[in-house]
Amino acid sequence: MSEAAAKPRTPNESGVPDHLQYMHPVLKRNLGKWDWHDRPRVGVLHHVSKTGDEIWTVRAGTQRQMDVYTIRKLCDIGDEYAEGHVRFTTRSNIEYMVSKEEMVEPLIKALEEAGFPVGGTGASVSMISHTQGWLHCDIPGTDASGVVKSMMDMLHHEFTHEEMPNRLRITTSCCQINCGGQGDIAINVQYTKPPKINHDLVANVCERPAVVARCPVAAIRPAMVNGKPSLEVDEKKCVCCGACYPPCPPMQINGEESTKIAIWVGGKHSNARSKPTFHKLAVANLPNNPPHWPEVAEVVKKIVYAYKENARHWERMGEWIERIGWNRFFELTGLAFTKHHLDTWTGARKTMNMSAHIHF
Amino acid sequence: MKDGDTLDAKSGEVEQHPTPMLDELEGGPWPSFVTGLKRLRDSKDKRYAAMMNDLLGQLEHSYEKKLGFWKGGTVSVFGYGGGIIPRFSEVADKFPESKEFHTLRVMPPPGFHYTTDVLRKLCDIWERHGSGLIAFHGQSGDIMFQGCSTEATQAAFDELNELGFDLGGAGPALRTAMSCVGQARCEQSCYDEAKAHRRIINAFLDEMHRPSLPYKFKFKFSGCGNDCVNAIHRADFAVIGTWRDDIKIDQEKVKEHVAKVGRKYTIDTVVSMCPTRAITLHDDDTLEIDNASCVRCMHCINVMTKALSPGDDKGVSIMVGGKRALKVGDLMGTMIIPFMKLETEEDFQKLEDFAETCIEFFADNALEHERIGETIDRIGLPAFLEAVGVEPDPNMVNHPRTSCYVRTDDFDDEAAKWFERKAREAGMTVAED
Ligand code: HEM
Ligand code: SF4
Ligand code: SF4
Ligand code: SF4
Ligand code: SF4
Repeated sequence: MSEAAAKPRTPNESGVPDHLQYMHPVLKRNLGKWDWHDRPRVGVLHHVSKTGDEIWTVRAGTQRQMDVYTIRKLCDIGDEYAEGHVRFTTRSNIEYMVSKEEMVEPLIKALEEAGFPVGGTGASVSMISHTQGWLHCDIPGTDASGVVKSMMDMLHHEFTHEEMPNRLRITTSCCQINCGGQGDIAINVQYTKPPKINHDLVANVCERPAVVARCPVAAIRPAMVNGKPSLEVDEKKCVCCGACYPPCPPMQINGEESTKIAIWVGGKHSNARSKPTFHKLAVANLPNNPPHWPEVAEVVKKIVYAYKENARHWERMGEWIERIGWNRFFELTGLAFTKHHLDTWTGARKTMNMSAHIHF
Repeated sequence: MKDGDTLDAKSGEVEQHPTPMLDELEGGPWPSFVTGLKRLRDSKDKRYAAMMNDLLGQLEHSYEKKLGFWKGGTVSVFGYGGGIIPRFSEVADKFPESKEFHTLRVMPPPGFHYTTDVLRKLCDIWERHGSGLIAFHGQSGDIMFQGCSTEATQAAFDELNELGFDLGGAGPALRTAMSCVGQARCEQSCYDEAKAHRRIINAFLDEMHRPSLPYKFKFKFSGCGNDCVNAIHRADFAVIGTWRDDIKIDQEKVKEHVAKVGRKYTIDTVVSMCPTRAITLHDDDTLEIDNASCVRCMHCINVMTKALSPGDDKGVSIMVGGKRALKVGDLMGTMIIPFMKLETEEDFQKLEDFAETCIEFFADNALEHERIGETIDRIGLPAFLEAVGVEPDPNMVNHPRTSCYVRTDDFDDEAAKWFERKAREAGMTVAED
């Protein structure tokens, strides 16, 4: 069609861009020379360099999936009330760096007036790490942005205050691939029924060996259905993991009612105090109930406040539970402990209590 | 704009899809992505307004049906095999304008630093070619430019590329990396995360742009054990800062801390919480640390930011094999290189060489759709160590093996290697092997 299409441009394989060109000059001047920091108030970090330089950082929550108008609004605030340099945290909070303390209050005011909550530092509930969901993924069991928005509306006070025993980090995942990662609380899709196979699609779409190989429990085998090559699933073996769905869309794992939400607790990636841990099942089979997911919110709230009221300073969720015992965790949160909490996967035995230690 | 938007009755304009469920997500104190999507839909003068109307329609349809309606496909830009996440609508008959809604994964600068100026330029490009919707950032670490037609993809990429940005990874390839803020603004940082990040990824761009690995391979860089980018859980190759010498203690600041928060509180939150019981608080409110027992967990330094800091002999640990659930279950990265210096050009070259060795090992040995952690589990850690040329080290394990099912007839030879290595480390001359 156009000249460009006829003669495409060769990409400049420039790779990861140079961060120094965008970095606040005070940060650039003090690379590796920082001495200490404190937090004058929630949402504000104050770093002091060995050179005597100081920098104030104001952190605010965003919706992550941002329209250009929102981004430009954040830029306007950055130009008017800060010094034109920003960064994002791994949890999609925006940070403004300013070299003068007196800039902090007006900046906070401008952000809050524009609807961006200031907080997420220290012992708070920071923004939920966020996946794609119905908005943009090809395999989601639920939405991501809507779940995050609903939970952050509920936890707004805990984002804008540092009242938790330690930081509390929540993640969501809208399928069992779990892009969202590990968290103190993880809100993840949990499939509850084996995939329904759309046989008409299989013959056309599916790479059968790839699908058979994907199943972690060898539940899928080639089969002839209505005289056409297709697949069948041994429903007794199937663990409803959904692994077969991404390579083979006819393996329909999602169902309007069968796709549920499970909540996991006690994951942590920091090495501080205890070693990093994976999160563990707290409750499964909660309904996938847009637009507010009230049943999920209810359980998250119970867990957040049980932790807030009972944990000691600096204990993360998992460390708190480790101390008080799972017995007491289920008691304090009012959740049920079932046979499904007993691990059955490879290595399950290592998760059992191989001792005479018990909690009453 | 809030709910109750009136449909544009005049003119032959396409009607807005009603979005009663999504409208519910406009209330509440947290910034609303729905309000943002509507702003794009309502930008009547913009080419993406119709696309975003149908996008909202499809999303509402998902909320009603509780199902997703996107499928993948193949879309790429000239010269590259990966980096675009294609999305074709399965309900394009109802929502034709957003029938193609691809994402460009674009690598951010290390530490996610931007000027407002470059952010505005990114917005302008995405207004010209895409939907106006950008995510800072995806869980992959990329800037996600979401919502591009197949036709506009090349032009969008060309402009982003001219501005100095490049596509990230997708598919069975080297993936986009992440690094913490580190050196730029964190006193706990133990190496130049951004330099390591750029150095490694930019050395292997071919593996990113032309996917040909068995499956994905991810690097993540955290400046200390706090691991702010979650490297240990989520990276095949995690680089985490640490130090070898003693924690630095400013005893005057220790006393100030104790005076401020109290002795009991200091004992409860610092002394008792050290995982290796390495800390003593003396009667005169000075602190003593048994550095041989300290595991560099960062806790005491996190609590007493002014009084304590990492030592001077800094470097990195490398953990290999982290990944999430699919398909054998979650794996944590495990310690492979307990310590290496990362200061001189030579050090960085060593890191690059080791990364290359690991990627090559992965390419040669992993089964299709297997992550390196699974490969290591399948063949055993000793076979992996031998393949990448690393000697066994007690820091690699929680404890030595408990199973007696192993053939040990060469145990004495292996022990000799250990003593030889120890002798070499102690500075003695040993005949090279
Ligand atoms: C050289 C000999 C053999 C070859 C090459 C072979 C190959 C295969 C292959 C390719 C499959 C399909 C795997 C899949 O796609 O799920 C299969 C399935 C199977 N084979 Fe064999 N096979 C051999 C011998 C045997 C023998 C001798 C037995 C039993 C005595 C056997 C029992 C089975 C069973 C029970 C299955 C079904 C597994 C399942 O779907 O759960 N095979 N074999
Ligand atoms: S968690 Fe699953 S559904 Fe959600 S974005 Fe990731 S792959 Fe897609
Ligand atoms: S859902 Fe998982 S266990 Fe069930 S058939 Fe698919 S891959 Fe196998
Ligand atoms: S990982 Fe460590 S060095 Fe990096 S930002 Fe976090 S605390 Fe600082
Ligand atoms: S860094 Fe951790 S292990 Fe070391 S002394 Fe401090 S609390 Fe103890």
